[in-house]
Amino acid sequence: MSTAKVAKQTATGLTGNSAVAYAMMQINPDVCGAYPITPSTTVIEEFSSYVADGRVDTGLITVESEHSAMSACIGAASAGARAMSATSSQGLALMWEMLYIASGMRLPIVLCDVNRALSAPINIHCDHSDTMGARDSGWIQLYSETVQEAYDNMIQAVRIAEDKRVQLPIMVCLDGFITSHSIENIELLDDESVQDFVGEYKPERSLLDVDNPLTLGATALQDSYMPLKHQQSNAMKASKEVVIEIGKEFGEVSGRSYGLLEEYDLDDAEVAIVVLSSSAGTVKDAVDKLRAEGKKVGVLRPRLFRPFPHKEIAKALSGKKAVCVLDRADSMDGFGGPLFKDIRAALYADDNRPKIIGRVFGLGGADFNVDNALDVIGETIKLAAGEDVELFRYIGEGQNAQTIAGC
Amino acid sequence: MTTEATARTVPYKEKKPFDYDPYLRQGKLPHIWCAGCGHGIVLKSLLRAIDALGWKNDDISMVSGIGCSSRTPGYVDFNTMHTLHGRAFAFATGVKFANPKLNVIVTTGDGDALAIGGNHFIHAARRNMDMTILVYNNYIYGMTSGQGSPTMPEGAVSTTSRFGSIEPPFDTCELAKTAGATFVARGTAFHAQELEKTLYEALKHKGTSVVDILDSCPTYYGRFNKHKNVSEMMKSIEKDGTISVAQAAKLPPEKTEGKIVRGILHRAERLEYCDGYQNLLDRVQNK
Ligand SMILES: Cc1ncc(C[n+]2csc(CCOP(=O)(O)OP(=O)(O)O)c2C)c(N)n1
Repeated sequence: MSTAKVAKQTATGLTGNSAVAYAMMQINPDVCGAYPITPSTTVIEEFSSYVADGRVDTGLITVESEHSAMSACIGAASAGARAMSATSSQGLALMWEMLYIASGMRLPIVLCDVNRALSAPINIHCDHSDTMGARDSGWIQLYSETVQEAYDNMIQAVRIAEDKRVQLPIMVCLDGFITSHSIENIELLDDESVQDFVGEYKPERSLLDVDNPLTLGATALQDSYMPLKHQQSNAMKASKEVVIEIGKEFGEVSGRSYGLLEEYDLDDAEVAIVVLSSSAGTVKDAVDKLRAEGKKVGVLRPRLFRPFPHKEIAKALSGKKAVCVLDRADSMDGFGGPLFKDIRAALYADDNRPKIIGRVFGLGGADFNVDNALDVIGETIKLAAGEDVELFRYIGEGQNAQTIAGC
Repeated sequence: MTTEATARTVPYKEKKPFDYDPYLRQGKLPHIWCAGCGHGIVLKSLLRAIDALGWKNDDISMVSGIGCSSRTPGYVDFNTMHTLHGRAFAFATGVKFANPKLNVIVTTGDGDALAIGGNHFIHAARRNMDMTILVYNNYIYGMTSGQGSPTMPEGAVSTTSRFGSIEPPFDTCELAKTAGATFVARGTAFHAQELEKTLYEALKHKGTSVVDILDSCPTYYGRFNKHKNVSEMMKSIEKDGTISVAQAAKLPPEKTEGKIVRGILHRAERLEYCDGYQNLLDRVQNK
């Protein structure tokens, strides 16, 4: 982190959702289509007070479902507007059909997803099954560890998505309740600096540009569908560099610069834990304890998950003795969570690849505390020492499991 | 399935207090509903109506979407399914079609039924499959803390209409009738005994029955719209704001203006979907 702060900042305490709403206020998008769902509801609720108080000139449309909310954002973005929304869990699931429309039409929509488990059974608490389900939908995904990062990511997301080399929709993810409803100390940029940073949105093309008429989403069959998908894939690939650039530029304005990954005590570590979002904080605490005992352990926290920074991850983990990847979602394929498999694949070509295991934790808000993290690191240390350790399993389940018929 | 109607009158007027216990899952109580919420009154009216019909718990399937109202199936000892926001009708359609002998009841909210689930609602009504739909209508999304729903009156305040709603509301009953429901009625939580009677008729009816039940959410709707307390809220909306079908018939139009009509509003005989399907099978298989 560089220390030169250019912009004026206010230190305050905010919940994750308040911070996201505040960022949205400062960004002042043109259109916001929304439908409420726990735990993201208060993002739009607070943003609606900014609308009511005239602090933004956003058209806020409170539609009848998330299907319509994302459709409204797509319509608005096609017309050249800066469009945003916020959702969670089933809300994102209901947007699924539209997620592919947004990315296929190359619309730079910004969506805040407050991570929550998917039904059934019904659960309102945190895990990453919702956004992991959308990992192949062509959206860029940033995972935020803290309230500060959620705020900072929202502001950067606008620039990343709208960059001419990218023009893709983007999801900013933060952990439901853990981050969304906890108050943390945070520094807020002043409105002007945010406006200067995001700039005015000048779409490459828009339906309202009558001099350059265009059609969006039309039929593209065997001869043209694939080239269009190829362009989309290339844009996704190219977005990685843009995420790096914007993360640096943001640092120049705020004093908080961001890369693709966060490495914590990783350099000389022999054993590493990979984890997304807020649980990284818990693992870092465990690492601090073990470092005090002289154990060489560290953490790798990917901030960018889509596009997948496979080269950077392989480089960061190359030469470690053992790695455990913690997934807050299961792929339900008997082979582990999505992060685990992507990381394992990223390391395949590395000659100094570590041994690697995957653990699924914290589904539906199941507790994950420092003791759990210590256990996991302990197991990974055993793996490093050559002991036989299970490739993939669940950890830290609740004690109250009922049979499916039990209700 | 079984309809050994009890000898007693509907509504329940026996000396002995009504025993709800055989219908409830004690382990799931207390319920989540706020003090003053009307959902519990609706549930009690429903259980008394079911009791009067003599239906057995195992012959009933209750299906719901998501919302405070949709928590109802959790509390009753029937075959229950708690599904997705807005989709209860579609799930219930599957349940009924797979086992037409089940008495299928859908408990839903105004948001669940008419916003996110509006499409399924009209198609359920159109299809006329035998099921009873209870719309717990509190004009607001209770569970997600007070966003306006499609039944919110114009001018009403909610978290999504701070200066008063500018959207015209749906009339649940008109919508159901137009879409093809063959039994359409309205009740209120305030008129709990009348509601029991209405629900008794709705459950008995073969085909899609829709009952719109005006009910209070003091926590959000009441607070936002400056209702002093729950009893004042129920009095002004449910008691003074409504009029029964019989009263409405007797009064000149100027006296009924602005009042919402309660009671059975529409009844029609039309082939029930599962019967229609059986007819089709018989015909194409030349039985
Ligand atoms: C797809 C989806 N979107 C949003 C939600 C969040 N949600 C839960 S209940 C609810 C509204 C419930 O309102 P209503 O149906 O009127 O029932 P009430 O709570 O007032 O009884 C919403 C928006 C959800 N569960 N699923």
